[in-house]
Amino acid sequence: MDDERNQQDQNADDEGELSSSPPGALADPPVIQLGPEFAVAEDVHAVVTGELVAGTSLWRDAWRRLLRNKIAVFGMIVVIAISLASLIGPSAIKYATGNTYDLIPRDSSLNKSFPPFRGPDGKFAWTHPMGTDIAGRDVLARVLSGGQISLMVALIATLVSLVIGVSYGATAGYLGGRIDDLMMRIVDVLYSLPYVIIVIVLLALLPAKTPTGQLTQLFFALGAVSWLTMARIVRGQVLSLKNQEFVLAARATGVSTPKIIFRHLVPNALGPVIVYATLTIPTVMLSEAFLSFLGLGVRPPRVSWGSLAAEGATTLAIYPWQLIFPGLTMALMLFSLNFLGDGLRDALDPQMRKE
Amino acid sequence: MLRFIIRRVVIIIPMLFIIVSLTWALIRLAPGNFYTAEKKLTPAVEQNLREKYGLNQPWYVQYRRVLWNIARFDFGNSLKYEGQSVNQILWRALPVSAVLGLTAYLMALLIGITTGTLAALRQNSWIDYASMTLAMLGISIPNFVLGPLLILIFGLTLFWLPPALWQGFPSKSLVLPAVTLSAIYIAYIARLTRSGMLEVMRSDYIRTARAKGLSERAVVVRHALRGGLLPVVSFSGPALAFLITGTVVVERVFSLPGLGNYFINACFNRDEPLIIGIVAFIAIAVLVFNLLVDISYGFIDPRIRY
Repeated sequence: MDDERNQQDQNADDEGELSSSPPGALADPPVIQLGPEFAVAEDVHAVVTGELVAGTSLWRDAWRRLLRNKIAVFGMIVVIAISLASLIGPSAIKYATGNTYDLIPRDSSLNKSFPPFRGPDGKFAWTHPMGTDIAGRDVLARVLSGGQISLMVALIATLVSLVIGVSYGATAGYLGGRIDDLMMRIVDVLYSLPYVIIVIVLLALLPAKTPTGQLTQLFFALGAVSWLTMARIVRGQVLSLKNQEFVLAARATGVSTPKIIFRHLVPNALGPVIVYATLTIPTVMLSEAFLSFLGLGVRPPRVSWGSLAAEGATTLAIYPWQLIFPGLTMALMLFSLNFLGDGLRDALDPQMRKE
Repeated sequence: MLRFIIRRVVIIIPMLFIIVSLTWALIRLAPGNFYTAEKKLTPAVEQNLREKYGLNQPWYVQYRRVLWNIARFDFGNSLKYEGQSVNQILWRALPVSAVLGLTAYLMALLIGITTGTLAALRQNSWIDYASMTLAMLGISIPNFVLGPLLILIFGLTLFWLPPALWQGFPSKSLVLPAVTLSAIYIAYIARLTRSGMLEVMRSDYIRTARAKGLSERAVVVRHALRGGLLPVVSFSGPALAFLITGTVVVERVFSLPGLGNYFINACFNRDEPLIIGIVAFIAIAVLVFNLLVDISYGFIDPRIRY
């Protein structure tokens, strides 16, 4: 039993560097970290054949394993809690107190920063549990609305990177040969580019006309720079899958190449893809906050955790709560996402299922 | 080996060309220019200034000049900081960023490797759990939140350290920026060291070393660390790119006169020569550094052949 736990820990650690990488983290080709290719192949084979008999046992298995991991469950609960709060919080606050993230009180005596739980008379009040900012706007409403934007950017940009990375990696892996060499060579070259610098130039020089346009720009800018590792992972998976009988069978029955790639190979490589996508979310969230902090991301009147932290940092000495609340909310979210991602990886790691 | 190095050196040139061309094209295609950002100049004055900086020539002449400037590493004059060449600004700002980045990275290596090794040797002990939870915290707290918080605590409440000041290397003013910048690297390196060491400690050659009666200390220091630190070495390549991103934020938070701060200002000011100069400089630094890291594998890990 003890041995088994050690083994699990070992597995968790082997891929330690994969998790929660900062923007463009270049962990070594993570494909290798996901286990020797033959192990993956064997395993997927088992799943493929097993599926005929046992239905979704792979996913139920992984789910059970995830639930056994206490810290991952903690992460999952926090992630769900913060997401729900961001989703319904702003409307709930508006309903309860009338505060919104952009509501500036008309009474000019209220246009200043009050500490948490303090009313204008300096006495205890429930109206602003996180205080107000210098214009008198409710910080709680701003933090939750900021969460909406931060989550949205993180999810959509991850989706963009997922689409690019999976199609690119699967195509390269399946076609193989010289095309594969060329495509992966391009990935290598892109890896060593200091693209954060180029993203900064792009966003600083081409500011979008509308806040929505700005968000779209962010999705694509962030998605376009975070697909590289995903492409490598998917390629590795496809390489180990493409010589299996089920692919041969598909080819023999005349299935077209794109269909083989997207209907037969990609679904079988889904485990590592999901794990890496979960780990991409905090990375992208951090990049968005970084850009917003520099004044290049989300623009007013919209807010995100990064732009709130930037605002809070300017008035730090006098109104620290303007930095502390958005900053800590964001840190808690990233912390939980990272643990959840680690837990998912351990749960879905094909190597562990051999035990 | 030599062929590998030559191939890698040669590929740097087209990559630099792509980066610079992309940046230049972005600056050119973006609406507006340096003079629209400033308060309105009279047409005659603007005309004269454009002539002085060669901005009235056709685009291919200007593009050629940009490339030629990079070839001889002289980026011309800044538009914003009048009378100063980009090179002057670079050489003035570089030491700030370099000292900051280097201090932070050395700190991270020292603390990260020690913590990671301890955690690996006492796997599943409280040291292990505590340090790995701390490491996860280090990864999760963004540096632009950590920096201001440290300023708030040590600069504005306890008054131990200056909140924003630059006095060069051995000075109190370096402490907060370096700690802010290194937090995430300490965390990464600790995690990498731990996983590397765990793997190595299980391998056969460690068993051999123990079997021939070496002390545990010698086993760890002389044998295990060499293999266990390989992930840390491979991390030092990407680390430079992150350090550059990190210094941009930290210099902004602590108002330090480094490259990152100049770079962001240049982007907002649309100071074309300065943007190109800094981008080219950073690109060269990153590309050359990655090359050095790749070459160093060959020396550190005898299993790698080119």
